[in-house]
Amino acid sequence: MNIETSLLIQKQKIWSILETVTDPEIPVLSITDLGIVREVRFEQDIAPSSGDGCIEVIITPTYSGCPAMDMIAMNIRLALIEQGYRNIKITSVLSPAWTTDWMSEEGKRKLKEYGIAPPNPRQQVCTTELFQKEEAIECPRCNSYHTHRISEFGSTACKALYQCDECKEPFDYFKCH
Amino acid sequence: IMNSLINYTLHLADTTLILAQRNAEWCGHGPVLEQDIALTNISLDLLGQARNFYQYAAVLINESVKLQGSKAPPSEGFGEVTEDKLAYLRKEREFRNLLLVEQANGDWGQTILRQYLYSQFQYLLFEQLQNSNDEQLAAIAAKSIKETRYHVRWSSEWVIRLGDGTEESRSRMLHAIDELWRYTGEMFEPAGYETLVDVSLLEKNWFDKVKEIFDEATLTVPEKTFMQSGGKEGKHTEQLGYILTELQYMQRTYPGAEW
Repeated sequence: MNIETSLLIQKQKIWSILETVTDPEIPVLSITDLGIVREVRFEQDIAPSSGDGCIEVIITPTYSGCPAMDMIAMNIRLALIEQGYRNIKITSVLSPAWTTDWMSEEGKRKLKEYGIAPPNPRQQVCTTELFQKEEAIECPRCNSYHTHRISEFGSTACKALYQCDECKEPFDYFKCH
Repeated sequence: IMNSLINYTLHLADTTLILAQRNAEWCGHGPVLEQDIALTNISLDLLGQARNFYQYAAVLINESVKLQGSKAPPSEGFGEVTEDKLAYLRKEREFRNLLLVEQANGDWGQTILRQYLYSQFQYLLFEQLQNSNDEQLAAIAAKSIKETRYHVRWSSEWVIRLGDGTEESRSRMLHAIDELWRYTGEMFEPAGYETLVDVSLLEKNWFDKVKEIFDEATLTVPEKTFMQSGGKEGKHTEQLGYILTELQYMQRTYPGAEW
């Protein structure tokens, strides 16, 4: 097996470990579902076969003030250590800025099942125009689009608060960003 | 050049930190739960932006100290600089935030107006900064402007709602304008270190936007009035001392304390 293939296999292994790390505020979502992990890198000067080469995991915050980022970084470290990795570097980058477009389809499905409306595939309200028409958001419980927004800001920075006019349930909407 | 980049980054950091701190004073005291949450969300966004700016400032300062043993802005006895040290251990005169953001919360109307006047400015500023030739400041601005969009929309809707609301809410907005307008001129007077974006070019755009919102809110933009400045150079109103007293209390009482 040449070095490139072996590198690829190692990377895939690390990605699958990262899939087990969840967002502490939305525990059904893994950080890979969310699109927080941007890249996994090996430091070039280390032989990848030795197993203790330096791994760099590049992550990006959802919102500037997301308080979960420190915990996510720690959980990545712990998950990798548990699998025998030692030399781990976690780097946070801001550019390009995170967007809900990076959330996986699997992640959106899990969100809905959990009771949080997933972000609309296309952002409809992204300008500074005032009193805009509200986005049509599907109620995660009864699937009605007959819903209205209670507040643009919800329990965490990434969510808005909605209520369903059919089943009357209030629900969180993971807003487009 | 290095020093001016450091000072500029600190100016951006301080402004967002102080406004975050002011807004956080509302936590648990908002008029209704949803708006309390909205304002604390905005506070959290601003705090996150401040952290990004401080982290970058810390990198720049440490680099510049290493390179030339230069007296980077917060100099004596600082050791290796961190974001926390920059926020918690600098003195009032070392803060370079805009005067506007340190002004008291007053009532809900005054808090709303302060947020609107600033967010409208921040939006125009970050629009330019994200294309500036400093890679990290550009990245922070591009990241933050997505949040600022929400802040502008939320605060301008409230300005309209209150200005064009009841007699009571309107009179409070008039009072808020009276209290805050004199601190807006400073935003467009470039400090010596403010070279990445020419803020004086943002003034007209900002003014037009504000006028549009004020018109909608049946409020009048004040005639040319006296404008107070000095925050960018560390000359503050009496308000900042009180904010820092509370903000820095823990690190001043128990230096180096950690969670």
